[in-house]
Amino acid sequence: MNIDKQPTIEISGLNFFYGNFQGLKNINLKIHEKKVTAFIGPSGCGKSTLLRTLNRMYDLYPGQRAEGKIMYHGRNILEPGQDVNMLRAKVGMVFQKPTPFPMSVYDNVAFGVRLYENLPKGEMDERVEWALNKAALWGEVKDKLNKSGLSLSGGQQQRLCIARGVAVKPDVLLLDEPTSALDPISTAKIEELISELKQDYTITIVTHNMQQAARCSDYTAYMYLGELVEFGETDQIFMNPAKTETQDYITGRFG
Amino acid sequence: MNSAPLNPVYRRRLWIHRIGIALSFMAMAVGLFFLMWILVTLLVKGVGALSVGMFTQTTPAPGSDGGGLMNPIVGSLLMVGLATAISTPVGIFAGIYLAEYGEQSVLAQVTRFVTDIMLSAPSIVIGLFIYAIYVANVKHFSGWAGTFAISLIAIPVVVRTTDNMLKLVPNSLLEAAFALGAPRWKVATMVRLRAVKAGVMTGALLALARISGETAPLLFTALNKQFFSADMNAPLANLPVVIYQFAMSPYDNWRALAWGGALLVTFSVLGLNILSRTFFSQKIRN
Repeated sequence: MNIDKQPTIEISGLNFFYGNFQGLKNINLKIHEKKVTAFIGPSGCGKSTLLRTLNRMYDLYPGQRAEGKIMYHGRNILEPGQDVNMLRAKVGMVFQKPTPFPMSVYDNVAFGVRLYENLPKGEMDERVEWALNKAALWGEVKDKLNKSGLSLSGGQQQRLCIARGVAVKPDVLLLDEPTSALDPISTAKIEELISELKQDYTITIVTHNMQQAARCSDYTAYMYLGELVEFGETDQIFMNPAKTETQDYITGRFG
Repeated sequence: MNSAPLNPVYRRRLWIHRIGIALSFMAMAVGLFFLMWILVTLLVKGVGALSVGMFTQTTPAPGSDGGGLMNPIVGSLLMVGLATAISTPVGIFAGIYLAEYGEQSVLAQVTRFVTDIMLSAPSIVIGLFIYAIYVANVKHFSGWAGTFAISLIAIPVVVRTTDNMLKLVPNSLLEAAFALGAPRWKVATMVRLRAVKAGVMTGALLALARISGETAPLLFTALNKQFFSADMNAPLANLPVVIYQFAMSPYDNWRALAWGGALLVTFSVLGLNILSRTFFSQKIRN
């Protein structure tokens, strides 16, 4: 594994504030292209906050602000001039709970595509099929594309959300505890999917499940109380962490 | 379960439970009793007036026989239909505005406050208001004045239900739409509004039901007309005012028509409510 490869996203000196509360403290981190980077740490450590700075999701909430640099394609995306909608089209996100839109399976996948591309019907059909295949869902839903997205099972809904994110052809996928609301079989399917998807996408995943981080990720960041304690290749973090805090968390002595 | 002696705490809870259930059952029975009484009285007295003539003939002149309610039925349909066409879009857009910007802007908070006052304002005040600003200026009663008055009653109902329904949409769903790079207006209309479409439609139907029975605001605005007319710029016959006038008249055929009209209005409103409820529950099942 080549750690010196050009990073997709380079975070430096990132501080984040919820009003007066500082949620992230001086984060420096590189997210590598076509690799899976996992953020782990106890609840409230700032891992979701960090993920939500990468597509500026916090912009929706007045009083939340970020300072520092997040370089993506040579630009600091935290600058006011950044078009957040264009950023979000390139940096997709999947949430903890499945969030299918109140429309058909087909329209769920096509929704994001229609925002940026004006595809004729045939090409749109192909794109939807392609995205559903990418999310390993096509076989299960190909006969119910016109059914409501809400009629699928929880695991299927989550894969639908992944298909929806993939359909717009982003560079980066942010996964915020994508399996915490799912049963073990659905979880296994999503994890398999993550290793498939990393061939084409840069993936960042927040997880509470350390085995999941160990299984799916190439790099792991351990965070605690808004600080990045340790960051490195997953094997090294799990087998031979440099810091005792990391070791304590990973072995379950803490957290 | 009958073998073990009951624990005293559990026994106490059981009695509180039984008393609670009995009280709520009685409250339900009282409410239902009066409701059924009203419906049965309406049916008994109104069914006699129901005839083809009620729908095809105009209101009878004093002292003449027969007659029907054709002109007030048409007048009511015109005014209620137009008022719904005005109040539904206005109310839905205002509700979207409140739900989207209501937490931050002072203007939205003022709008929400005024809407709440309008919801509880006596409808006769709304009628007087339209009388003062419109009827008094054009110097004649009219169907338009009536339409404006009942629109003002319907709008706050639609605004409030739309606002309340939109607030039920979980943040995570909105974030998911924003995460795809959707602009705010698309998130608001294509995802948020769509998620509660059935609830918003129910609100619009409830507003329609509310204004179909309003009498007070029409007394000062549309007034009444004895002959058939569809001219919105002239006084316009309508069911509530005709019921009000005919019910207090000395003529038997007028009073019978008043009962028939009351039956018609009540069952239309009941029908609308049932329709909106089945519509809503079907949507939920999907």
